[in-house]
Amino acid sequence: MLLEQTLAQIKEKFPDPVLETTEFAGEQILHVKGQDILTVLTALKANGFNFLADLTAIDNLTLGGYERFAVSYHLLCHKTAERLTVKAYVPEEKPSLPSVESLWKTADWQEREVFDLFGIIFEGHPNLIRIMNPDDYEGHPLKKDYPRLGRKERGDFPVIDRGIQKQKPSK
Amino acid sequence: MKHVIDQPLETDRMVLNYGPHHPATHGTLRIIMELEGETVTKVTPEIGFLHSGFEKLGEDLNFNQYITITDRMNYLSPLCNNVAYALAAEKLMDLEVSKRTEYIRVLMCELSRIADHLLNVGMLAVDLGAMTAFLYGFRAREDIYDLFEKATGTRLTTSYTLVGGLMRDIPEGFDKDVLKVLDEVDEVANDIETLLNKNRIWHDRTKNIGIISKEDAISYGISGPMARASGIDWDIRVNEPYSSYQDFDFDVAIALNGDVFDRYLVRMEEIRQSIKICRQSLDKMPTGEVIIDPNLGLSLPPKDEVYNSIEGLIYHFEITMPHRGMTPPVGEAYVPTESPNGELGYYIVSDGKSSPYRVRTRPPSLINYSIFSKLIEGHMLSDAPAILGSLNVIAGELDR
Repeated sequence: MLLEQTLAQIKEKFPDPVLETTEFAGEQILHVKGQDILTVLTALKANGFNFLADLTAIDNLTLGGYERFAVSYHLLCHKTAERLTVKAYVPEEKPSLPSVESLWKTADWQEREVFDLFGIIFEGHPNLIRIMNPDDYEGHPLKKDYPRLGRKERGDFPVIDRGIQKQKPSK
Repeated sequence: MKHVIDQPLETDRMVLNYGPHHPATHGTLRIIMELEGETVTKVTPEIGFLHSGFEKLGEDLNFNQYITITDRMNYLSPLCNNVAYALAAEKLMDLEVSKRTEYIRVLMCELSRIADHLLNVGMLAVDLGAMTAFLYGFRAREDIYDLFEKATGTRLTTSYTLVGGLMRDIPEGFDKDVLKVLDEVDEVANDIETLLNKNRIWHDRTKNIGIISKEDAISYGISGPMARASGIDWDIRVNEPYSSYQDFDFDVAIALNGDVFDRYLVRMEEIRQSIKICRQSLDKMPTGEVIIDPNLGLSLPPKDEVYNSIEGLIYHFEITMPHRGMTPPVGEAYVPTESPNGELGYYIVSDGKSSPYRVRTRPPSLINYSIFSKLIEGHMLSDAPAILGSLNVIAGELDR
């Protein structure tokens, strides 16, 4: 009930940001433009979707979609036990969208994870640094154009000199 | 002397490295703490030491192969991960499994929950210096792991589910073994509660420590026993039942204060409720197959047929070949389940090929851990193991 009402209300209120709504396996998916995600999610939160269950991203390189990246937000309403997926589309040239950390604190780490693995920038995030990979890591591993196999031979990696062992000095 | 006494007492700020290899972190996570005397003023958790790219690996494996990866995420209750992943894949492919499969899955999930909670409570106790409770819990957990070994063949990397069913049925006489272990667990839970519930030291170390308010719990995405200890009446088994949980009669444990003690109480009560669910599932266990209809062409044929008949071999080959066998429609499915730590969700996006386009785990450990720095600030250093223990962070799931 709440879900249908909310979706109709959102579509009416934001005709420009909302691209379409689809349904798959009984679940509603709301597709929106990346730049307007904060306004849409603020409205959804005010409408009763009080819990951000999950935040992740999909690289649409070969899947197809409105843009290269889609950031998925899985919302939950504790009162009516209804769930809604919101997908925000972000272009390849400028992969950035507003952070929702101001609405839910859980977005802090999850947005860092998406930044780390996909290279998507969240504007207004207080501390957007890598979370899984080391700070000096190059590339974003979950992008579809990132190779699944190793890129170098073992011998190409630098040897860390620990000072205790007698080792050949590395470059 | 007066001019000395009137000056504020100040100590140098000290930076303490907690982990990555510290007995109280139970896995590889690093916490950089800034201390003012013994009071923690600022905390920077650093994670990712166990990051193994499970989500990237999933894009290269087919739907059944990925089940072996899910074992390695939460390695204390791998069966819950297996079930959650299988449910997501089944939703994507619109498969309906038999009632017997669902009941066995419930039985296994609840046994895992008991084992997970026993270990968590035991570890919390041993970090605070109470060795006996830990040993009692570990002894009972070992018997539950023996049950897993009987049913799945392994203790830890169970890989028990398949998309559309189970790897094998439970062995004969399994129900008697389970009932025996459940009686033992009941006694052990009593023993642990006798040791801790009215223990003055335990109260001093856990009460009013690491309080999570209701608002914070929702804002930080906290779920599972931690959310219920903060007074949120939300259990996915009851509110959004999956795998026939609606057939079982059990209560949801809720506490109101949200401190370490309440999280302990909720976990102990959940052990008792899980025992109840296990008994009911054994009582009502339906008969039937534990795998979907083989004529659908989605399940592997029995090993007997593969080895002894050419048709079976061809059929097996067909299913395991790339771009054959299990090919779901283009779409996506997110399935939330109630794991011992909280909401464990699998989000699978498919492009119609035989391996998922993207497979994402909603890790309860990562999301529950993100509140840690807020909880510990202002507390004493010695409260860090208590708070960390009550969050039940599993490094495999935290970093994936």
